[in-house]
Amino acid sequence: MNMTGTIKPSPSSDLQNFVESRSGQKVLRCYQCGKCSAGCPASYVMDMGPRQIMRAIQLGLREKVLESSTIWLCISCQTCSARCPNEIDIARVMESLRWLAAAEKSEPAEKDIALFHQLFLTLIKRSGRVHELSLGALYNLLGRHPFANMKRLPGMLARGKLSVLPPRVKGVAEIRSLFAKVKAMEKEHQKREVE
Amino acid sequence: MRPDTYAYYPGCTLHSTAKEYDVSARLVCHKLGIKLQELENWTCCGASSAHTTNELLSIALPARELQAAEEMGLPLAVACALCFSRLKHSAYELADKEKLDLVNELLGKEFHNTTEVVHLLKVLYEERDAMTVSRPLSSLKIACYYGCLLVRPQEIVDLDDVENPQIMDQLMERLGAVTVDWGFKTECCGASLPLTKPEMVLKLSHRILSQAKQAGADCVAVACPMCHNNLDAYQKDMKRKYSDKFELPVLYFTQLAGLALGFSPKQLLLDKHFTSPLPMLRDKGLADAGIAIKV
Repeated sequence: MNMTGTIKPSPSSDLQNFVESRSGQKVLRCYQCGKCSAGCPASYVMDMGPRQIMRAIQLGLREKVLESSTIWLCISCQTCSARCPNEIDIARVMESLRWLAAAEKSEPAEKDIALFHQLFLTLIKRSGRVHELSLGALYNLLGRHPFANMKRLPGMLARGKLSVLPPRVKGVAEIRSLFAKVKAMEKEHQKREVE
Repeated sequence: MRPDTYAYYPGCTLHSTAKEYDVSARLVCHKLGIKLQELENWTCCGASSAHTTNELLSIALPARELQAAEEMGLPLAVACALCFSRLKHSAYELADKEKLDLVNELLGKEFHNTTEVVHLLKVLYEERDAMTVSRPLSSLKIACYYGCLLVRPQEIVDLDDVENPQIMDQLMERLGAVTVDWGFKTECCGASLPLTKPEMVLKLSHRILSQAKQAGADCVAVACPMCHNNLDAYQKDMKRKYSDKFELPVLYFTQLAGLALGFSPKQLLLDKHFTSPLPMLRDKGLADAGIAIKV
């Protein structure tokens, strides 16, 4: 069996089907022991613990799952996956839920985290590598918290840890074409879904 | 026999916030006769953001680097634990022919997914018996912190035990240090969240440092630039928030190896950390001038 799932997006199929086909994980194997939530370093800030998310998928509670803060606060540390007695890669399940949320363009419960990831990818597309100073500046401006995270800035600059100019890489054209192809492919998939 | 040349993927942070990791890794490898050939025109692996939001990119971006190494015919050495994890994941997923074909179409290249990805920690670990230690770290007690991405998931990264890994401990012991037994070797530090959820990073990283301190460590050794940033750069805030009385220097394992192999703290950029290890190293008699070497 392919443990990483197939690559065909099918956001319209029901929740459990989507998760199982995209993540390659058997959600019904979960018997609610709670080991995932017990070991999760972020469960204390989540509105639903990983165990609750697994149950909600089994019950088909689509909106509850996709609107939860859990899927964004999951740091992908994979402690849950390593400890699950039923060998469910729960971090992978969370990942597939974020893809679904992104495909459905539903409002993320943790807007800042979603914005951060979106900007990160934009910077890769633009310069091939991530320029940390640009990332911080864009995040502060677009997230409307202009003075966040400024405390470390002077220290970082004094230590020569942040370059002022973005990196210049020859492979940028290749990266841009890759992003464009991925976008086109996703559109194509979505069109086929509708038909 | 180990190869003497590796393709080298530094990753974005090693050219900026984790410069000292890159510099110390290159010095140590050079001293040991291991050639690191940096991939030309490498680009970002996509890090947490690609696999968080876009499955295709999360496989294709690392595949671009894997392909470049394949073309060079060399195993690919990686220093950043996050890049390492992403490259390993991509290679694992590309065992699926359908995905490999798709990625080849996306990249417009012919890639056969034959690249062997190794973390520098493993490279140095395997080299440990051949090392000539000129400045043993015998006065140091080290808490080896592996974090998440180096060890999990075992079937993909295949580096060491997921709950109680040992290879960094064994490397440090070989260099003369004492390593402490502690329970937080693979607990998460907050990873990519310092910008978005700083209070979470403070809490998680503080737990790790407190545990290392309680176990009697003089410093923490790491193999990941995110772990280093989270554990090193916020200790002043932690002191304020949790009324801590201690500071605990956090060093890259390559910096510690560099010290043992005779490089000076300055060469290893040990003066670049927010929580300076220099007073502690002076106390332990490990911060003298060191040898000069050109790389």
